[in-house]
Amino acid sequence: MREANKAPDRRAIFRTEGLTKVYQLGEIAVQALQGIDLVIAESEILVLLGPSGSGKSTLLNILGGLDRPTAGRVFFKEHDLTRASDRELTQFRRASVGFIFQFYNLVPSLTARENVALVTEIARDPMRPEEALDMVGLTPRLDHFPAQLSGGEQQRVAIARAIAKRPEVLLCDEPTGALDSKTGSLVLEAIAKVNEDLKTTTAIITHNAVIAEMADRVISFGDGRIVGEQRNPRRRAASELTW
Amino acid sequence: MKALDAKLFRDLWRIRLQALAIALVIGCGVAVVIMSFGAMRSLSETRDAYYDRYRFADVFAKLKRAPLTLVDDISALPGVARAEPRIVHYVTLDIPGLDRPAVGELVSLAEEGKAALNAILLKEGRYPRPGHGEVIVSENLAEAHGWHPGAAFQGILNGRKRTLVVSGIAQSPEFVYILDPGQLVPDNKTFGILWMPREELEATFDLDGAFNQISVTLMRGASEPDVIERMDNLLAPYGGTGAYGRDEQLSHAFLDQELQQLRTIATLIPPIFLGVASFLINIILSRLVETEREQIGLLKAFGYGAGEVGWHYLKFALVIVIGGLAIGAAVGLWMGVQMTTLYQQYFRFPFLYYRIDPFVLLASFAVSLAAGMLGTIGAVRAATRLSPAVAMAPAPPATYRRSLFEFIGVAQWIPAQTQMIIRHIERWPLRALTTSLGVALSGGLLVMTFYFFDAIDELIDSYYFRSNRQDATVDFLEPLDPRAVGEVGRMPGVRLAEPLREVPVRLHFEHREKLVRIYGILPNTTLKRFIDVDGKSFDVPPEGIVLGDHLSRTLGAQVGNTIRTDILEGRRGVGEVRVAAIVRENVGLSAYMEADALNRLIGEGPAVTGAQIMIDPTQTSAFYGTLKETPATGMVMLREPAIASFRDTLAKNMLVVISFYVVFGVTITFGVVYNAARIMLSERARELASLRVLGFTRGDVAYILLGELALLVAVALLPACALGYLLSWVMSHAMDTDLFRIPLVVRPSTYATGVVILILSAAASALAVAWRVNRLDLIAVLKTRD
Repeated sequence: MREANKAPDRRAIFRTEGLTKVYQLGEIAVQALQGIDLVIAESEILVLLGPSGSGKSTLLNILGGLDRPTAGRVFFKEHDLTRASDRELTQFRRASVGFIFQFYNLVPSLTARENVALVTEIARDPMRPEEALDMVGLTPRLDHFPAQLSGGEQQRVAIARAIAKRPEVLLCDEPTGALDSKTGSLVLEAIAKVNEDLKTTTAIITHNAVIAEMADRVISFGDGRIVGEQRNPRRRAASELTW
Repeated sequence: MKALDAKLFRDLWRIRLQALAIALVIGCGVAVVIMSFGAMRSLSETRDAYYDRYRFADVFAKLKRAPLTLVDDISALPGVARAEPRIVHYVTLDIPGLDRPAVGELVSLAEEGKAALNAILLKEGRYPRPGHGEVIVSENLAEAHGWHPGAAFQGILNGRKRTLVVSGIAQSPEFVYILDPGQLVPDNKTFGILWMPREELEATFDLDGAFNQISVTLMRGASEPDVIERMDNLLAPYGGTGAYGRDEQLSHAFLDQELQQLRTIATLIPPIFLGVASFLINIILSRLVETEREQIGLLKAFGYGAGEVGWHYLKFALVIVIGGLAIGAAVGLWMGVQMTTLYQQYFRFPFLYYRIDPFVLLASFAVSLAAGMLGTIGAVRAATRLSPAVAMAPAPPATYRRSLFEFIGVAQWIPAQTQMIIRHIERWPLRALTTSLGVALSGGLLVMTFYFFDAIDELIDSYYFRSNRQDATVDFLEPLDPRAVGEVGRMPGVRLAEPLREVPVRLHFEHREKLVRIYGILPNTTLKRFIDVDGKSFDVPPEGIVLGDHLSRTLGAQVGNTIRTDILEGRRGVGEVRVAAIVRENVGLSAYMEADALNRLIGEGPAVTGAQIMIDPTQTSAFYGTLKETPATGMVMLREPAIASFRDTLAKNMLVVISFYVVFGVTITFGVVYNAARIMLSERARELASLRVLGFTRGDVAYILLGELALLVAVALLPACALGYLLSWVMSHAMDTDLFRIPLVVRPSTYATGVVILILSAAASALAVAWRVNRLDLIAVLKTRD
């Protein structure tokens, strides 16, 4: 476990100390995270592997300021997120974090362009929505509603929406979980390209081990703990991945 | 447009019918406020300006005859600003083309431009030249007969039939509402005002240098009761029948009553609509927040703050409320103009513009917004409180419990589909309750609307048939020997004539007093019937006084109390009399005594002031023809034309008002039922589609949805009737005035009408939703996560 804490060469963007999360489900307490110590370096691609319920999503939610730990601390650069107020967490998410979800979570009543605009309107130095959609190759689909887009296209809109604010971190929860292999690799290519172009620190949750090959580092989860860490000597291009 | 706003408008468009239904409900409430307060403002401002410009008096007094020199004494009374004497007489008119006799109130006219008080507004023609039989007639009479200057008709003035020529047509602040005393609504064909030069009237009625009415205006801060008392003292030797203020001046009192009714409607009705709207906004927004919990989580994940998310949903309600306000303002203004036009048919104002107070407009907007926001708070708070991580996880399945039926062990006989209905109601009891309440309120509103028909029928039936059975009443100009009744009885077509004795009196009980008339009743009368508050008839008691129920309440006097009587006629004695009975009375303020007992009270021998008559229906025209020629009568009231005119006037007015309210009631029903059905459908679409996949028919599935609605509507029917009765009770009490009371009689057919309209509008909204159930896209519904 201690090796996960070893600082990589680059500057740390996230640092957690003994992160613990307990959910109270009726009368049962569920230990989602049990003392996670982790450092995530600037601009690295980190893949979090593990079975369902191993705590990956909980960790991602806490890193993204969507949820708070029961115990332990989490730092974004120098800021202690555990001590941040709701307002500060909102500001943190608004300015620094891009989210991508398994089910895309587009607003169905807004077009691709408007779904992106939803975020750029409140960001400090965003790209234009068109620019962001161009990065994921969706220029021809700007004015389509989610219902008129394929799953892969919807997820690429979600990526455009996440990166349009030029976030420092991109948190992706099973971004290809609902997609077939071919579409999935297109989406992963888009994520890799953003990482390349914008140097965005990227954390990807998946239970698909193949995806781990595109990462700088792979962290394996089990039962709310980190059960392994592996550094890839070479990142594989997303286009080379198949499953 | 901002992306969030684009979402707002598209979401609104998606539920446009629901949003429209709510906006309409709000619109109804706002429309009533704007219509009523606007009409109130228009009426009262126009009235005040009119009164002021034409110097409408504050206190009025009638007397037998007094010399003009007395006017100076009255002017000199403390608190009196100006006094204007005049001569007024009721005269029988014979109008060409009118089969029955008409009545004119002949009023002396000061020279042009010299009237100190109660000036007239000449609308057409010129002032009459004295000695030529010329008169200015009131506009209502001229319009009813198509008269212009030069038209002629005949009148019996002081026993002599004369030809009168119209020289001009006028209006007066004194006669804004022109009503034949003793009638319920104006009959423009048979009653009007005639203004004649003073010197001609003096000569005609032998009142040289004298007057029989006087009006005064008060100085600022003067005490009206004080002036009335001093005037009564001064006028007593001259046969004064008691001075009275504007509150008892007929035209003014009717205007006041109308204003009071508007006020009642404006305060009673809108809260119902706004309350229902608030509830509807609450259910659709709560549902919206429920279905959009993921999107809310998403917005928060992107860095939208709780305030921004809350504001987004608040705006949702805001758009609906603003839509309602726009509809309400437009409809209210339109209705206000309609009402004002209606008023112009029976309130004679030189001008009457519908004007809306900007304050009323703003206040109604503010109140509607507040009601809308009230409905929003719960849902918006839920939206802002959702933590993003929780919001994005799918909502946990709704917790259902075993229903009451299962506990009591009858569940096994209830089919599963019915179980679903019952559990769903038990799961959201508050929503079920409020849905039923909303339906009940609209039903109540409908019942109350139709109740007015019952009330009018009852009013006519009790006043014109049950309590007073005469076909006509003839009023003599002054008390006459009882033999005069015999002469009336010998007129052609008269089957029965009974004497009528009417004595003006001021009744006192404790610190309260009231100026009324006591009617002397023969013990064996067949025309007057007394019906007590329990509906039982009784004979006039040999001793004591019978008070109308409203008068008894006004004075606070009950059976057994002794009240003081200041007789304002003849010897003007002060006496005391015991209250012997209370009679139910819907019109006016009256008291009754057995004829001999009344004579004893006033210390005079038998005299009559009029006759009550039964007519052979086959000889009506012969009777009318004789009346037209009979000099001894001052005034005639005929039952049949009065009822016809009453119904005609009310039918016109009520049709307008009632159609407003039926639309309102149906709007609420539709708003409540349609919204409830749509929400249920949205909540249960998945469940219903699953059932369809399992092999349930469309009918089975529709039953689950519509069965619940039907149940909620059925449960509301009885409370709807009860609320209808309650609202009718409130209306009847709120509109209780000295002029007339609206009896509280709600017939079974009225409940039935309300219930049927309720069921039909509920069925129509349910059908609109059933159509959607039939189109349920099974695969699409099952694929979506919610």
